[in-house]
Amino acid sequence: MIYVENKELVIPGQILAEDECYPGRGTFKDNNRICSSLIGLVSLRNKKIRVIPLKSKYIPKKGDVVIGKISDVRFSMWDVDINSPYSGILSAFEALGRDKKDLNRVFDVGDVLFLRIIDVDEVKKAKLGLKGRGMGKFKGGIIVEISPTKVPRLIGKKGSMINMIKNKTNCKIVVGQNGLVWVKGNEDMEQLTREVIHVIEKEAHTSGLTNKIKNKLCLAIDGELPVDESEEEFIFEKPKLQNFKEEIEQEEREEAARLKKEQEEENDDKNNLYEVIEELKKNKEEENSSQSDDSEDDSNV
Amino acid sequence: MSELIREDGRKFDELRPIKIEAGVLERADGSAYLEVGGNKILVAVYGPRESYIRRLLEPNTGVIRCRYNMAPFSVDDRKRPGPDRRSSEISKITADALRPALMLESYPRSMVDVYIEVIEAEGGTRCAGITAASVALVDAGVPMRDIVVGCAAGKVSDEIVLDLSEVEDKEGQADVPIAIMPRTGEITLLQSDGNLTEEEFQKAIDLAMEGCMKVSELQKEALMKKYSVE
Repeated sequence: MIYVENKELVIPGQILAEDECYPGRGTFKDNNRICSSLIGLVSLRNKKIRVIPLKSKYIPKKGDVVIGKISDVRFSMWDVDINSPYSGILSAFEALGRDKKDLNRVFDVGDVLFLRIIDVDEVKKAKLGLKGRGMGKFKGGIIVEISPTKVPRLIGKKGSMINMIKNKTNCKIVVGQNGLVWVKGNEDMEQLTREVIHVIEKEAHTSGLTNKIKNKLCLAIDGELPVDESEEEFIFEKPKLQNFKEEIEQEEREEAARLKKEQEEENDDKNNLYEVIEELKKNKEEENSSQSDDSEDDSNV
Repeated sequence: MSELIREDGRKFDELRPIKIEAGVLERADGSAYLEVGGNKILVAVYGPRESYIRRLLEPNTGVIRCRYNMAPFSVDDRKRPGPDRRSSEISKITADALRPALMLESYPRSMVDVYIEVIEAEGGTRCAGITAASVALVDAGVPMRDIVVGCAAGKVSDEIVLDLSEVEDKEGQADVPIAIMPRTGEITLLQSDGNLTEEEFQKAIDLAMEGCMKVSELQKEALMKKYSVE
């Protein structure tokens, strides 16, 4: 028995289903009943019942990219506030390599950084690193805070939402998986982007949001509505890491193109090899068949 | 006997008018505002968050800490500000009443702070505090087994009645505040002040349970109202 529908709003303790279903995240089992443990939206897929929270705290996960603020400078590391119940540490080695420098001069308390979580230890402390594209200190711009569960919505399907906002406002935007968003651009545009991001956060569970935001932005910037396009349904899915800064985007594209070329070449090589083998096989077959033909001929005679 | 009309015109099993609102504070992770009769209570929840009081943290689960505080102007005679015997007790029993419902296993070494501020008091603030606190906890996105709800029953002029007001509490013979998890009916708080026979006590608990169920519906409504799509 399933008592709820897909995308229905549920509250903690609410009974979602009995038997036949598997409890997923955001649910727990009480005897044979599956109950919600969060306030959120139901997601039903293949008999697996989950609750996607409306609000939650960010829990560090290996490989995530986050935005953090330096909260303390120590002898050989920085303490970083990553908007989570667990703090992060950035070791001097990660940032500077073997160089010995005055840590204060590299990053000071209050600096905002774009980081990658390279490891999470037993006590959930996040070890941070700067290796990767676009990682490092932000200069200027504003920070907008949203709930980490709304990050996929802000990015949209394959970055549709975030790219649309980037194009419209001409701002540089970086989204951390911990719910912090860095925006830099024209001052008015920064404010507009902040507003828009908050609207997205508030209305994350409604459908057709990308178009709504698009219209809003067009009205605010161009003063007119754009030509209508087909509505997009909203699906929670883990976003692919974005290519954040524009220069880096360019780099990435080139890199991808190069890789693709290489791969194609590799494939070509393989294909060539295959062709050779195929040819050999064919030849053999032909020989065989010709032989068999011969033998047939013989019998006929 | 059951048609007795009380001092404020209520029937023996009637609650005072209740208003609950979730998510009223901008900067708190979760919050709730609740009015029951003359009570006005504001609850803010912060966390799960890192705490620097290391000795309070647990390595296998998160912990909850409550602070119940009455504003100096919340009662007729000015209350001396700051914690006292009574508010420390209520802080403790509130934390104890909420703890069984929380599922903080996924947030080890973290702390949830619940601040209950009584702006106006008119009897039954501990139950109202618990009711509001659990709404605020849900609003904060803290994983919970159930939404805890509190309600009191008591004995006034030899009658068992529901939801005592301040006058009834002072002049009555007994007061039994309870908190339950409504889905399973488990009791997470049970106090008793005054003299009751065994029968009266049982009757009071049954009545308070019924009251809790009614309040629980209002809690759910408040949460649904806050988050449902317009």
